[in-house]
Amino acid sequence: MIRVTRDDFSVDEEIRRIVRPSVGGVATFVGTVRDESEAGRVTRMEIEVYPEMAERQLEAIRGEAIEKFGVEDVLVVHRYGDLNVGDNIVLVAVAAGHRAEAFDACRYVVDELKKRVPIWKREHTPAGGRWVEAGRPD
Amino acid sequence: MRLRVRYFASVREFTGLREEEVDVPDGATAEALKRSVLNRYSSLRGQEMLVAVNGAFAEPQRTLKPGDEVALFPPVSGG
Repeated sequence: MIRVTRDDFSVDEEIRRIVRPSVGGVATFVGTVRDESEAGRVTRMEIEVYPEMAERQLEAIRGEAIEKFGVEDVLVVHRYGDLNVGDNIVLVAVAAGHRAEAFDACRYVVDELKKRVPIWKREHTPAGGRWVEAGRPD
Repeated sequence: MRLRVRYFASVREFTGLREEEVDVPDGATAEALKRSVLNRYSSLRGQEMLVAVNGAFAEPQRTLKPGDEVALFPPVSGG
């Protein structure tokens, strides 16, 4: 379950999509727009995406997480477009039988997303806009 | 052969285009196409660019075929 969208999401509604009787816990990560960066005060953010490739990459990462950690399901929603401080950017939710694999898989998906999904953030500060520099793949 | 090339984020801004068609010799590699775009836009010099072919990251030596969709963009920063 992968979605790249302009629209906001409800964590509760999304979690309902991946909970089933075999699930004992759901780990979630929600990324939001912070009001500061190394560039200074952030007033808003634009997010650009290469949608077809992003969905494909996210599907691949989802499959890896399910296989590697033996979790029940993984859901990712990533937004693009114009966002304000405090807005949701991304949701990663992992449903699993037990908490350890849910936490591990959730972290794996967030880390891989930041490395290889074609999405770019542009921060706006009082001095102007700037593309967020990527963390180097490790 | 003419290939559709899409640009994203800072690369889109430096080229001023979301996409265009680029002529490359038959059998050209992903690296050759990237160099051809770099030569066309002096504003791109010094920019780190990644290459994707048909929606997947491509090795520099990847041979391009007619109909391939190529994308050039900076390192990603989502999440």
